Amino acid sequence: MEPLIRLENVALSHDGGGSFVFRNIDLSVVSGEFIAILGPSGVGKSTLLRVLMGLVEGSEGRVILSSGSASKMGGRAALVFQDARLMPWRTVRRNVEFGLEGIGLSRTERRQRVERALALVGLADEAGRWPRQLSGGQRQRVGVARALAVEPDLLLMDEPFGALDAITRGGLQAELLSIWEKTGKTVIFVTHDLDEAILLADRIIVLAGSPATVRGDLRVGPRPHDPSSPAMRALAGRLRALIGGEEDPGVGPYARFEGI
Amino acid sequence: MRLLAGRPSWTTRDLTPGVRVVLGAVGLVVLLATWQAVVAYGLVPPGVLPAPTEIWPAWINEVSGGFWSQAVLDSLTHYSLGLLIGSALGVGAGLLCGSMPVVDALTGGAVRLLRPIPGLAWAPFAILWFGLNTAGATFIIAISVFWINFYAAYGAVRAIDRDLYEVAAAFGHGGFVGRMLYVVLPASAPGVMAGLRTGLGQGWMSVVAAELFGAPGVGARMLQASSLLATDVVVVYMVTMALLYALTDVAFGFLSKRALRWQG
Repeated sequence: MEPLIRLENVALSHDGGGSFVFRNIDLSVVSGEFIAILGPSGVGKSTLLRVLMGLVEGSEGRVILSSGSASKMGGRAALVFQDARLMPWRTVRRNVEFGLEGIGLSRTERRQRVERALALVGLADEAGRWPRQLSGGQRQRVGVARALAVEPDLLLMDEPFGALDAITRGGLQAELLSIWEKTGKTVIFVTHDLDEAILLADRIIVLAGSPATVRGDLRVGPRPHDPSSPAMRALAGRLRALIGGEEDPGVGPYARFEGI
Repeated sequence: MRLLAGRPSWTTRDLTPGVRVVLGAVGLVVLLATWQAVVAYGLVPPGVLPAPTEIWPAWINEVSGGFWSQAVLDSLTHYSLGLLIGSALGVGAGLLCGSMPVVDALTGGAVRLLRPIPGLAWAPFAILWFGLNTAGATFIIAISVFWINFYAAYGAVRAIDRDLYEVAAAFGHGGFVGRMLYVVLPASAPGVMAGLRTGLGQGWMSVVAAELFGAPGVGARMLQASSLLATDVVVVYMVTMALLYALTDVAFGFLSKRALRWQG
C-alpha cells in the first residue's frame, strides 16, 4: 500500500549547523493507521509533528506525500495542540470554522461541516458559547472538532490530553478512538505517556536520544488494548528499554522517564 | 475573589451599582455646594470665580445668541475629523510596526524623535501649512491622538500570544494577510479599543489647545470670554466640553463592550 506520507532521512538542526534536534528519521504512514510517537519530554516529538505538518522545514532529508512531489501537507493535515489554543474572540462554532474560511467553501457547506464536527465531539449544544465558558476538556474537544472540520487526510495530535485531569483524559481517549473508528482518519498522536500510546495506537514509534532518532517501531496488536494486560505490560517493558537505550533496561535512563 | 477572612470593613466593601450612583451624586452635590459657598461667603475676590448659580443664565445667554451652537458645531467638526484621522493613522501605523519587524526597525528612530513633541508644538506649522481654520485645528488634534493610538495598537500587537500565529498557519492563514485578519486584528482589539477610548479624552483637550490659536470653536470662544473676564461663559464651555466628552465616552464604552463581549 502506498504510504500517505513518508519521511526519508529527515533531520532538523535549529542553528543550521551541527547540533541536531533529531536526525535519520525514516517513517512511513499508511492511510487509516493510528500511530503514536512516544518519547520523553523535550525530545523533539512536537517538532517532528510540525515537520510532518509542513510548519517547520527539515534541514535534511525529504518529506514525500502520496501525490508524489515533496511539498507541504497544507490543507491535507490538521493539528490538535496540547493547550487547545482556541481563538478567545470566536465562539465555539466560529473556532471550529477557523480552518474553513478563505478556502472557497460555501456558507452552507461550512455550516454543515462545523455541525458534523461538533456532533462528533459531542458539543453540538455548546456552539454559541465562548471558549472562556468551557472546561479544559471541552476546550480540547473544540480543538479536535476544529481539526476534524477541515476533513484532513492526516490528523496530527500534539499531546492533546496531556494537560487534562485523569478522568477527563480517559473520557477523551475513548471518544477519540470512537471518532477514529467512525471516520477512518489517519492519526499521528504524540505522547510521553506509555499507557496512552498503548491504549490508542496500532503502531508506536519510539523517539529518544540527543539528537533524537527512531529507537523502535512496534505494532501493538489486536484491539481493544488494555494497558494492564500481561501482553501490554510486556510491551510497555520493551518500550521502556527502547527509550532508555541498550544499557541497563532496569534502572538507568528509562527509570527517569517513568518518573515524569 | 475575597481573600480576607470575616466581613470586609466599610472601606473595602464592594458596592452595588445603585449605591455607586447615589455616592457619585452626593460627591457632585458636595462639590457644587462648596463652590457656591466659597463664592457666596466671599472667600475669593469678586469676579475671580463665578458661582454655580450664575452658570445657567450665562448658558441660556450663549445659546440664545447662537454662539453656543456655532462653537459646539465648529469644535465637533475639528474633534471628529482630528479624532478620525489621528486614530486611523495611529492604529494603522501601530499595527503595522507591531507586526512587521522590518517596519518597526525602520521607523524606530523616527518614532523616538517625534514622539516627545506635543501636538501643540506643531501649531506654528499648522498655521503655516493649513491656516487658522478647520484643517489647521484638525491637524493638531490628529497628532495628539495619533501617538496614543500608535502605542496602544503597537503594544497590543506585541502582547499577542505567539502560539496563535502557529494556529493560524496550521489552519491555512499563515500568510501576511491571513495573520493580520485572523490573529492580529481580533487579538489586538482590546488594546486598540482602550487606545481609542483614551484618544476620545485626549481629543477634547487638544480641541481647546488647537482653537486657542484662533480657529473658531469652543476653545476660541473661551479665549474671547476670558479676555473680557466673563468667567461664567468660560465655565459654560468647560461644562459643555465635559458633557460632550461624557457622552462620547459612554457611547464608546457601550460599543466597545459589545465588540469585546468575548472577554466577558
